[in-house]
Amino acid sequence: MKITKKVLSVVWLVLILAFIYIPILLLAVYSFTDATMVGGAIDGFTFQNYITLFENEELRNMIGGTVALALGSALIAAILGTLGAIGAFYSRKTAKHLINYANQIPVVNADVVTGFSLCVLLIVLLGIGKDTFVPLVLGHVVLCTPFVYLSVMPRLKQMDNNLYEAALDLGASPAQALFKVVIPQLLPGILSGFMLAVTLSLDDYFITTYTKPSTFDTISTYVVNATKGGQTDIKTALWALSTIIFLIVVLVVVLMNVLSSKKKNTEERI
Amino acid sequence: MTTALKLRFNRKQLCIPYAAFLILFVICPLLVIIYFAFTDGTGQFTFDNLVNFFSNTNTLGTLLNSIAIAVVTTVVCLLIAYPVAYILARSKFKRKYVLLMLFVLPMWINFTLRITALKEILTAIESNIAMYPFLNTVIGMTYDFLPFMILPLYTSLSKLDKSLTEAAEDLGANGFTVFMRVILPLSVPGIISGVTMVLLPSMTNYVVLDMLYNSTYIMGSLIGSYFAAYDWNNGSMISLILLIIIFIITLATNRFSDDNEGARRTIL
Repeated sequence: MKITKKVLSVVWLVLILAFIYIPILLLAVYSFTDATMVGGAIDGFTFQNYITLFENEELRNMIGGTVALALGSALIAAILGTLGAIGAFYSRKTAKHLINYANQIPVVNADVVTGFSLCVLLIVLLGIGKDTFVPLVLGHVVLCTPFVYLSVMPRLKQMDNNLYEAALDLGASPAQALFKVVIPQLLPGILSGFMLAVTLSLDDYFITTYTKPSTFDTISTYVVNATKGGQTDIKTALWALSTIIFLIVVLVVVLMNVLSSKKKNTEERI
Repeated sequence: MTTALKLRFNRKQLCIPYAAFLILFVICPLLVIIYFAFTDGTGQFTFDNLVNFFSNTNTLGTLLNSIAIAVVTTVVCLLIAYPVAYILARSKFKRKYVLLMLFVLPMWINFTLRITALKEILTAIESNIAMYPFLNTVIGMTYDFLPFMILPLYTSLSKLDKSLTEAAEDLGANGFTVFMRVILPLSVPGIISGVTMVLLPSMTNYVVLDMLYNSTYIMGSLIGSYFAAYDWNNGSMISLILLIIIFIITLATNRFSDDNEGARRTIL
């Protein structure tokens, strides 16, 4: 009885892992071949898809633009969200609650609605041109900031309240107390909020579609258009992109695990 | 630093930029949506958009269809994810955190690329994916949202106090009873937050369908098509209806869920 249970458990986990990884891994294998569709004939192995990915200017610009947009909007979100969290934490109860509630709106709202409503306000009503990139960046900041706010808040709750007062008593200006005492204490929260913001922005499709300039594409919008187009060399180059992103994600996750277990070890030793 | 240059401020005032930002770019857009939903192209007040939605078989069908897809996807995700989370949470395996990572890692890969991969596989298996549209849609959505179901379930199940199940066993309950009467009720908050994380996106994420079939028929896609046609008023009405659905679901689930909504997509 016990053994069958164990076997069943392992079988279930393996099955689900297979469901999750077979598409990604098969695509990775095919990205090194000259086949034009998965399951199609393979004549030979080649790096052509990877070469196209780096040589095609359109693809290069698209990837660069996506990363720049993610880093830029995550940076704005990190600043705005951190200041917002600090301010809200020390505000009166009503103000704090109002900000908390408003902060939840983009979190629970469907991205389609967030994107569309921003488009109606900024582009239709206020007439801000999409080509200025203002709606796009604002949209991504709206998407990301609530998560920075949410990851900084718990840090504020853990922080010793007297630190700030002590800094002021010792003669620091509020700004000095903020930058030299409070912000360093919050740094882990700010960093994980920033990381989360980057991944959210990289993954976004909806807000981008509704606010982007027509000539600009992020990975998401580009891939969606490419699957409809008939250009096989672009299609297979995207397989290469998928494989590279997969490897980067694996690398980052492994690195973070190693770092966090190292940290735990040193903490235990102390 | 001279005293004249010293920055004087109160900590509370630091939230002013963010509060202003929230008002301008989160609350205002929603008000604008409400205004557009009840006006026509010339700014005249009207209920036409509302009537349009409920008198049009196409839009109504889309609403029903997206609810069906969302519910089936959520149930499938729950049925797959619950055993996974349960096994992981109960296992004595030392590095089970690594295993959990394996299950949730795909959510950091751009979802359009993951769906591309899935589409290739489905095409290779079924040769013509247009034959089973509903099945493939559910597979696509499940593939996309599964990690978001596993994570909250795992969090909830791993917090579960082992002494409770042991107590139930000592009192003579068999495995099935322990599960039904102890484990399942205690994991309800995890189930609820997993369900919200899958239900709402699968009602609106029309890109999965768009990529699989080049055509879409769920709620989100209606907004997309009105957007493409520059019909802001009808688009706003659809957005408003979605907002109301989201609001109701959030309100209903908030009272059960102890987890912060913000846990959505959070892991590190």
